[in-house]
Amino acid sequence: MNLDIAAAIGRATLSWMQITGRSGVFLFLAFFQAFRRPYRISRLIKEIEFIGSKSFLIVFVTALFTGMVLGLQGYHTLTQFGAQALLGSAVALSIIRELGPVLCALMVTGRAGSAIAAQIGIMKITDQFPALEMMAIEPVKYVISPKILAGIISLPLLTAFFDLVGIFGGYLVGVQLLGVNQGAYFSKMISAVTFADIYGGMIKSLCFGLLISWISCFMGFSAQATTEGVSRATTQTVVLTSLSILVVDYILTSLLL
Amino acid sequence: MIRVENLVKTYGKIVACNNLNCRFEEKKVTVILGGSGSGKSTLLRQVTGLEKPDCGSVFFDGMDLTRATKKALYEKRKKMGMLFQGSALFNYLDIYENIAFPLREHTKIADNVIKNIVTMKLEMVGLRGIEHLMPSQLSGGMMKRVGLARAIVMDPKVIFYDEPTSGLDPISTGVIGKLIKDLNTKLGITSVVVSHDIASSFKIADKIIILYYGDIIAQGTVEQIQNSTDERVVQFITGSPEGPIAFTRSDTSYIDALLTDNEKTTGTML
Repeated sequence: MNLDIAAAIGRATLSWMQITGRSGVFLFLAFFQAFRRPYRISRLIKEIEFIGSKSFLIVFVTALFTGMVLGLQGYHTLTQFGAQALLGSAVALSIIRELGPVLCALMVTGRAGSAIAAQIGIMKITDQFPALEMMAIEPVKYVISPKILAGIISLPLLTAFFDLVGIFGGYLVGVQLLGVNQGAYFSKMISAVTFADIYGGMIKSLCFGLLISWISCFMGFSAQATTEGVSRATTQTVVLTSLSILVVDYILTSLLL
Repeated sequence: MIRVENLVKTYGKIVACNNLNCRFEEKKVTVILGGSGSGKSTLLRQVTGLEKPDCGSVFFDGMDLTRATKKALYEKRKKMGMLFQGSALFNYLDIYENIAFPLREHTKIADNVIKNIVTMKLEMVGLRGIEHLMPSQLSGGMMKRVGLARAIVMDPKVIFYDEPTSGLDPISTGVIGKLIKDLNTKLGITSVVVSHDIASSFKIADKIIILYYGDIIAQGTVEQIQNSTDERVVQFITGSPEGPIAFTRSDTSYIDALLTDNEKTTGTML
């Protein structure tokens, strides 16, 4: 009985280590292939369009309402101390440091991460990877590398857009609706936000971008070649990516502070 | 053209290819016949270099594919075309781009020439005019024909067909069979067909190889196969449920399985 438990723990550990190792090799291969000729710029741009520009609307709505809620909550808390002039810096700092990178990454995970996993899984069940190989085209280079690079490029850009819209949302509620002084809102923001804050947020979004594309590509690529396999890979992608974003966020914050 | 020597491939305990030796002659149609799980698709994956065998060699144009570098293998692949069982068309590209894909990737041919080549290949499979459709809008038979057009777009010397007629209606089966034969006779393309469709195989084959659980049990011309006295061959080509090829594949006794208390028997199903 006790041995069974030990064996089960051992098996789980081994399979976890195996998966981690395989995903590491997978990422290495994708990068290795990405920087070999021939470069496929058009593929990269297509993927950036899919992960990045098609996420604009969802990021816009998320950012706008996050900023507006922050404006509302911040205003009510700050008025208790008579410090509503600090609203601008409070909204900007929380968005640039934390909410921007994290929420943006979570939204992109839900929209693009799941789609990538499903797409790669479907390519797998319909034999499209061996078909590429038979046409003398390296599947990892053609399919995976552009997606991983596109994730790393798109996320910082989307996060910058999120920050901008979020701050505007806070402005709408704080200044236009609740009557905080417009000059105070922006001047406090400018004096409070340092370059390190923006830089930290960008580092985070860069890592999240890599996480999203890496996990979703790997999950799709290693999915069982059945319909259940693909649906499981899609679900696991969203769960695993979201959790690792939150964990990595904590680790990065503790390193950056 | 292609020579398979002492090829062995196992998956765990299952021996999918058991020391196979065979040849696929140049400009001939060779059909590999066998039931499900007889190892015919496995053999095809080894021959095309998609998988590495446990041991043995596959010579293609004098080069051993099993020991070739990836670069050399990819160079040889440009002379191969393959029609997959599910056609394996790229679902995110339309028919035109699917067929033009190998040309765009491997050549610097101008767009207007590519257009002509794609039109020619589609005409060959009788589907000119569907360039703008997506693969999901086609029927199974049409997808196979588009897959075939894509397989021949680089003018290969060899085409591999993985169950080209499975799941098709009789007319589509006839069309595909005719296309395989036409490509072979008119363009001199060496063809290797994996199939379990006896009737259409007999129509198109110059040579037939019959596999049975990883072993070659017969090879020869259509006539030789039809006149074979091997009981397994006779059973296979007549499709009889009675004969040496067993219906059940459990290796445990049926009575034991019924009498044991365990919820699930541990008999190994292949």
